[in-house]
Amino acid sequence: MSATSYTLPTLSMRFAPVWQRNFLVWKKLAVASVIGNIAEPLITLIAFGYGLGSLIKEINGIPYIEYLASGSICMSVMMAASFEALYSAFSRMHVQKTWETLMYTPLTLDDIVLAEMLWAASKSLISGVAILIVLFMLGIGLHPTTLLVPPLLFLIGMTFASIALICNALAKAYDFFTYYFTLFLTPMIFLSGVYYPNQQLPQWLSQVASFLPLSTAVDLVRPLLLGQTPEHAVEKLVILMAYCALGFYVATLLTRKRFSK
Amino acid sequence: MSAKQILNVENLQKTYGDADKPLKVVDQLSFSLQAGECYGLLGPNGAGKTTTIKLCLGLTAPDSGNITLAGYHVPQQARLARMRVGVVPQGDNLDPDFTVEENLIVYSRYFGMTREQINARLVWLLEFSRLESKRTARISELSGGMKRRLTLARALVNDPDIIFMDEPTTGLDPQARHLIWEGLKALLAQGKTIFLTTHFMDEAERLCDRLAVIDHGKLIAEGSPRDLIAEHIESQVIEVYGDQAKAWGDKSGKLAQRVETSGETLFCYTENVETLLQSLAHEEGLRYLHRPANLEDVFLKLTGREMRD
Repeated sequence: MSATSYTLPTLSMRFAPVWQRNFLVWKKLAVASVIGNIAEPLITLIAFGYGLGSLIKEINGIPYIEYLASGSICMSVMMAASFEALYSAFSRMHVQKTWETLMYTPLTLDDIVLAEMLWAASKSLISGVAILIVLFMLGIGLHPTTLLVPPLLFLIGMTFASIALICNALAKAYDFFTYYFTLFLTPMIFLSGVYYPNQQLPQWLSQVASFLPLSTAVDLVRPLLLGQTPEHAVEKLVILMAYCALGFYVATLLTRKRFSK
Repeated sequence: MSAKQILNVENLQKTYGDADKPLKVVDQLSFSLQAGECYGLLGPNGAGKTTTIKLCLGLTAPDSGNITLAGYHVPQQARLARMRVGVVPQGDNLDPDFTVEENLIVYSRYFGMTREQINARLVWLLEFSRLESKRTARISELSGGMKRRLTLARALVNDPDIIFMDEPTTGLDPQARHLIWEGLKALLAQGKTIFLTTHFMDEAERLCDRLAVIDHGKLIAEGSPRDLIAEHIESQVIEVYGDQAKAWGDKSGKLAQRVETSGETLFCYTENVETLLQSLAHEEGLRYLHRPANLEDVFLKLTGREMRD
């Protein structure tokens, strides 16, 4: 790998037609895609929210279903962004060879990785907003502060898409992604205050867990959906952005390396 | 570099693999293409053809050497250079999620073309690739030949000055190949430059103004098909087949200037066929074919007959 390979990604608006390409493909299957994206969190919400909620009633003074709703919207955005940046991006990169075709045009790999990252974030935002609408219908999150949630969901999507694209750059086959889900994302869900507060964990684990990207995301989104201001909001935003920027940088480096062979 | 040169490659060097076990894929390669010509790159599998194309397009950086494409330095200005280039890759990597027309429209956007610009070109592209009736068909509904024609049309969306083609007719039936060749000739008549790699010697002989034969990343011969044949090989060939071929060769092979054996077939190369034909006329149980030497003979002489994987 030559020294120039470590250069920062060069960002240009040339990514836009690639984003648009993915959007056009999605549009053909949009209804099925959105239903799939809402169904899973909705089932979780109803099963745990009403099932478990009838036993737990409330956590820290918050009705359990509302507590769970803010956690599961973050989780769904994370999952949607990760799926898109892993399985779908891998199909385009490795199986369909769409990326190879893109490189015959004036596009560069950096443009392509940027487009994939922003597209995965956009798709995750679409499912996030769809879930938000369902929450409104359940009477959850009807506060002015909720207006800040969609931009935040987009940042959360960008962050998890960037991290997932690192895994994509390293993958040899689809099987590889199972490890990412079972060894990284699933444990993170249980450490990030989606179903129960982090304080329930041993203190050292709780402290480590509070720096996880999903936990940071939940800490920002939950108060907003309850009509409150998040604590340490700037600090937490910086953490999320740092994961996003660093993740994206490493993803571009590893993708360049993959294609230099 | 003269004004008429559209691609110029000087002392190109590319090594893959570890520092302790380097593999020279392209080794001090130099050649140049004049605007408007068809230039063929021939070589056995693993000779470095695809890597040379990737280097010329700026998709991978050379260890050393200079490349100028369409007036731009590659890889430094590869983005600008690729604005002027069309590429037909080895496999058909068309977008399976889109129709014929959508494939062309979506691809044109990557060049920054507006919808008006691509609309103005769409009719010609579909006509050129004879896919007018398949405008709204999905890729899975197309035959192999149609896919290749669409891939060629896609390479032309930006009205390129030079078209790179990596084995443009591999896997096509004769009808489909002829249709592609007609298309390529039409492009050459329009003044486009074509840079192609191929395994088919008849294709190279038919289309290319000039050819380069490369092996192990090195240029081993260059010239027009006719000059290469005249320069590198005897003008006549007699192929002798059958069980008795070897016995006949041991006895009379010395009548030819050069004899090559491939399995049970003898290839006798000579300028003067009369004595050989007389000798063969008296043999029982031998079949033979007398023909003029062609590019395949040159290729096999230069790169050897052993299998490459």
